[in-house]
Amino acid sequence: MEYKDYYKIMGLSRDATPEEIKRAYRKLARKYHPDVSKEANAEAKFKELGEAYEVLKDPKKKAAYDQVGRGWQEGQPFTPPPDWGFDFGVDQGFTGTQPGGGFSDFFEALFGGGFRRGRGGAYDRQMQGSDQQAKIQIDLEDAYRGADSLISLNMPQADSQGHLVSNVRTLNVKIPKGIKAGQRIRLAGQGMPGVGGGGNGDLYLEIEFKPHRYFRAEGRDIHLELPVTPWEAALGATVPVPTLGGAVEVKIPPGSQAGKQLRLKGRGLPGTPAGDQYVALKIVAPSARTDEAKALYEKMAKVMPMNPRAAMGV
Amino acid sequence: MKNEIVVISGIVLDESMRFSLVELCDFAKASPDQVIEMVEEGVLEPEGTSVYTWRFDTHALKRLQIAMRLEQDLGVNLPGSALVLDLLEEMERLKR
Repeated sequence: MEYKDYYKIMGLSRDATPEEIKRAYRKLARKYHPDVSKEANAEAKFKELGEAYEVLKDPKKKAAYDQVGRGWQEGQPFTPPPDWGFDFGVDQGFTGTQPGGGFSDFFEALFGGGFRRGRGGAYDRQMQGSDQQAKIQIDLEDAYRGADSLISLNMPQADSQGHLVSNVRTLNVKIPKGIKAGQRIRLAGQGMPGVGGGGNGDLYLEIEFKPHRYFRAEGRDIHLELPVTPWEAALGATVPVPTLGGAVEVKIPPGSQAGKQLRLKGRGLPGTPAGDQYVALKIVAPSARTDEAKALYEKMAKVMPMNPRAAMGV
Repeated sequence: MKNEIVVISGIVLDESMRFSLVELCDFAKASPDQVIEMVEEGVLEPEGTSVYTWRFDTHALKRLQIAMRLEQDLGVNLPGSALVLDLLEEMERLKR
């Protein structure tokens, strides 16, 4: 296990006062709180911070940590001294926000025992496991068809002795057909394990769509920018258009301009009602590579003179 | 470290779902008093006119859960939570 430098995590020097510790915690907690933070890794940072604060705010734990931790560097391999024993006193335990888990092996090795086993080796209190939140990214195609999705979550679990060990859990989650970005799936009893016979928390999975090469979802509606040639737009044409359910033929009306939107009813994500697919035309002009092509463009300029910037007054 | 494969399906919290006060408390592990206070402070806006007929949607469940975490983790009070939640939603709208 690795040594954790709680002072470094909180950006504090070793002689920080209790007020400084509290201020640093509040400030960093606002910065990394998973509900408000836009930082990458906010969840992990917030957990680390909570663990550091759990130790440094408690004079007893802090003193023990200072004693054992002298001379160690963040990330160094660490083993507690053989005679290590942390006395929690009577009915002390966690005041932290995540009872029942989430702390590192390092923390568990130093302070873990007293909380879970209590005196005499029996659980001394019952606590329900906390709910867990996770975001999962799925393909739009999976939302369209429904799918089984394998997701991996880092979650502490109790081993046979009641120790919490960090465990990668792989869950095979059913993604229902027609799910939208931002919707949540609640998996009852799949959150943090309870303590002392308390029930497990629940797991909430929030759906995000992976960026798609050409589709973009808005609710159940699907948006697509469709490249067309100038003659398809001017003369009208029937062209193949990709949808989540496969290609369909779409009629482009004559005289269409770039940006024109066509609506394909019911071709979005399934549901009641199903979403629509919106197709925005994007006119792509071939480049004039040959003399013949150049002559053709020149002829167009002569036959169909126009100033597309007239509305700008130039 | 061990790997474990569990096949599970949950329930999708879609916008058509409605919870009574008791159901909402059960889902969020909140007390009725907590929820009533949040309604009074404007964190939650249920349909219905009395505590007995209140109906909450899944959006309310999410707001309740975030408000509880903000209070627990950051010491944000309820008017503060209402403000944070409204701003978060505004940010989300602007992003889209």
